[in-house]
Amino acid sequence: MRAAVIVFPGSNCDRDVQVALARAAGTPPVMVWHKETSFPSVDLIVLPGGFSYGDYLRCGAMAAHSPVVGEVAARARKGVPILGICNGFQVLTETGLLPGVLMRNAQLRFVCRTQHLRVETTRTVFTGLYRPGEVIAMPIAHMDGNYFADDDTLKALCDDDRIAFRYCDARGDGGADANPNGSRDGIAGILNTARNVLGLMPHPERHADPLLGGVGGAALFEGLVRALAT
Amino acid sequence: MSAITPEMVREHGLSTDEYARALAILGREPNLTELGIFSAMWSEHCSYKSSKRWLRTLPTEAAWVICGPGENAGVVDIGDGLACIFKMESHNHPSFIEPFQGAATGVGGILRDVFTMGARPVASLNALRFGAPAHPKTRHLVAGVVAGIGAYGNCVGVPTLGGECAFHAAYDGNILVNAMTVGVADSARIFYSAASGVGLSVVYVGSKTGRDGIHGATMASAEFASDSEAKRPTVQVGDPFTEKLLLEACLELMATDAIVAIQDMGAAGLTCSTFEMASKGGVGIELDLDRVPMREDGMSAYELMLSESQERMLMVLRPGGEADAQRVFDKWELDFAVIGRTTDTGRLVLTQNGIPIAELPVDPLAEEAPEYDRPWTRKPSAVAIAPEAVPAPNDPARALERLLGCPDLASKRWIWEQYDQTVMADTVAGPGGDAAVVRVHGTAKALAITSDCTPRYCVADAREGARQAVAEAWRNLTAVGARPLAITDNLNLGNPERPEIMGQLVGCVEGIRDACLALDFPVVSGNVSLYNETDGAAIPPTPTIGAVGLLDDAAGACTLAFKAAGESVVLIGATAGHLGASLYLREIAGIEDGAPPPVDLAAERRNGDFVRAEIAAGRISACHDVSDGGLLVALAEMALAGDLGADIAVPEDAPPAHAWLFGEDQGRYLVTTGDAEVVLAGAGAAGVPAATIGITGGERLTVDGRHAISISCLRAAHESWMPRYMSAP
Repeated sequence: MRAAVIVFPGSNCDRDVQVALARAAGTPPVMVWHKETSFPSVDLIVLPGGFSYGDYLRCGAMAAHSPVVGEVAARARKGVPILGICNGFQVLTETGLLPGVLMRNAQLRFVCRTQHLRVETTRTVFTGLYRPGEVIAMPIAHMDGNYFADDDTLKALCDDDRIAFRYCDARGDGGADANPNGSRDGIAGILNTARNVLGLMPHPERHADPLLGGVGGAALFEGLVRALAT
Repeated sequence: MSAITPEMVREHGLSTDEYARALAILGREPNLTELGIFSAMWSEHCSYKSSKRWLRTLPTEAAWVICGPGENAGVVDIGDGLACIFKMESHNHPSFIEPFQGAATGVGGILRDVFTMGARPVASLNALRFGAPAHPKTRHLVAGVVAGIGAYGNCVGVPTLGGECAFHAAYDGNILVNAMTVGVADSARIFYSAASGVGLSVVYVGSKTGRDGIHGATMASAEFASDSEAKRPTVQVGDPFTEKLLLEACLELMATDAIVAIQDMGAAGLTCSTFEMASKGGVGIELDLDRVPMREDGMSAYELMLSESQERMLMVLRPGGEADAQRVFDKWELDFAVIGRTTDTGRLVLTQNGIPIAELPVDPLAEEAPEYDRPWTRKPSAVAIAPEAVPAPNDPARALERLLGCPDLASKRWIWEQYDQTVMADTVAGPGGDAAVVRVHGTAKALAITSDCTPRYCVADAREGARQAVAEAWRNLTAVGARPLAITDNLNLGNPERPEIMGQLVGCVEGIRDACLALDFPVVSGNVSLYNETDGAAIPPTPTIGAVGLLDDAAGACTLAFKAAGESVVLIGATAGHLGASLYLREIAGIEDGAPPPVDLAAERRNGDFVRAEIAAGRISACHDVSDGGLLVALAEMALAGDLGADIAVPEDAPPAHAWLFGEDQGRYLVTTGDAEVVLAGAGAAGVPAATIGITGGERLTVDGRHAISISCLRAAHESWMPRYMSAP
């Protein structure tokens, strides 16, 4: 699998996802600077976490208009798998590659903790190595992760099996106590209609090494390597 | 040119003697710009004029020390061609006046101190002291400081791994915000501030200069009166996004050989950084102020030289290095300008609009700053309190519940969940343990990091309290299995012009010196924050100690969580049942009095070396230092972390039970082991007191079979105080 990681000024999880991808794939990804409008043909494009352009407008709003994102969107439409993590998820909703918005956390504070998630669908190149309904844990770390979509969008997400992860407790139960940011329906990650674009708030790259307290994210990268083997 | 009046001199914080000295150095009257520069350079904050003669007595050397105090941060060797660079610095006054920006820019400043030297920052910690929870300002200050620290560190993308947070009415008028950053660098590529070479370009990079923070250093060098809010305009405003760009750009440029010297613009901005670089390099500097990137038009030389706008760096480049610098800073879209050059005159010359507007000799200002041997008196240590004189609780389990829920011991999860603890994907152990543990990226090693101070000990006896602060930091590193390397000290005190405060400073330095010598634990960087007092009421002496240790194998780091049922709980170290100045005395008996527990530094070292070796040998499954609240609190913290209970018994030959359970005797650890016989035999052979006091298991903590409390009950007490307090109207 050949992967590319897009680096915006203010990205701060680019190196972390670079390490996780190299660990899973055996070869390091290409790092692509935000000003590039062309980059090598790859099997996967990752938009990493961070504070692109400082996030001084809405999170991800500036990045959505950066030179490189036009090319990312074009490739997404051609079916190249795109993974947006945290700020990357915000960029994907701002570009319209994914529906809905990520608002300020309901408690109005940044939240960083290890969070349980329920894998809601395994019919994707991203989640193929998980079991349906499996409860995993990954770190979350964000100020604006409160997912909102209108009723019609939410219904479409549910009907099309496009909710990838929901927040839950250790037993897999959802509800307000297990929801760290007020996201509608406990949504932690969603897919586009073609199922090749995944955006999620949790950080799989931070739980891809047993030394760091868990490997809940490792299967996502390993699953991608298996699904996208060339 | 405006004539300088005595009022202007006073407003600039210069004494009559100091001004006379300035006149003698110049051989003429200064103009306003020059007066401003004298004021900043000779402020307590920049010159350390009250503390210097005492700081000089601290031990700063060891085989592994690459660079001690005097540079932007301290540097220690961690092997394999790598160095660890770290420092702690206060941002107390600004954080009280404007908590969010004050704390945020405190984080920004300490990050810059570390990456200025060529290190990538890998972790930050903060030590916070607030006023009484009931004080009307406290909640607002906590919320602002925590949000500010989070906003800055999270955006830059350096994990914040906790630290300390405590409350006491003595900080009502002066909170403390001490921020520490640790970085890792190639030990062959460490950057210093000495601008050696003549005719080289002096380069400005980073944010534009605005009118913010003018006189920040002078403000931090005077006590508050109750009108401190009026000083809000002296607080700087932070931009963590620019800091992140500056960090990446500096590290990228440092990989070339373009940089001769580099210095961040912190306190007193362009003034302090210019003098520092020129003085250390033995050169002069000419600056053309028209070239300084400015945020607004019409800034005077005075404003440009004294602005404390954040996220700015000054560099001296090798000849021809400008092209490399231009390329890197253009990529990161940072303002970059050649604003001057080095000279052989030994003088700082400023021009604006083509006209020379200030000329000052470098060395007399930088090196011959006033230095005071201020009068000091030593307060006699508080009288020791016998354990028998302290009332015993009806039920130790209930006393434990109250202690775990008191503001100082309650879980600070509400705080650290607002900090990104896992960015950089090297966090092995985050907040809540004895020390944070961060893997050295790309290696199997890890750094252990802690911050410690017990001000109630220091106020009772500054020297003993400072010894304890260093010893506890050393112990916390040991408890995770790390070899302690070095410390950074952040001395926070009141007005040094008062002999009793100066006596506290002397006591703190003596105590740090005692402990550092005994534990082979040198001071490599530090900061002094004086004038932490309002309307004559000073804070307790608070010598915060930040410390770093090394683990050869990150996977071998020990944690405090109980791991399995049926393991022996072993107490290492001697227990006399010292309740003076303890949390039990304050929180349960309602008394703030007594001498602090004495620190036997030889025993401290013996016990710690033994525990570290046992962890390395794999015989210890969990380890926790025994400090605030004593043995039963330490035991409860281990139980909470592991979600597993324990059953312990007070030994027959112990001091009174409540003194054994809650006494704060130093040099002690609680460990669990499946192999108690071997551990006890090893302890005996090493001359280390050790005894099995109980066994892990169940869902409760039980003392002597009759006093019991469930883990869930303890957790509720421990976790509920802070969220409840912060959500109260």
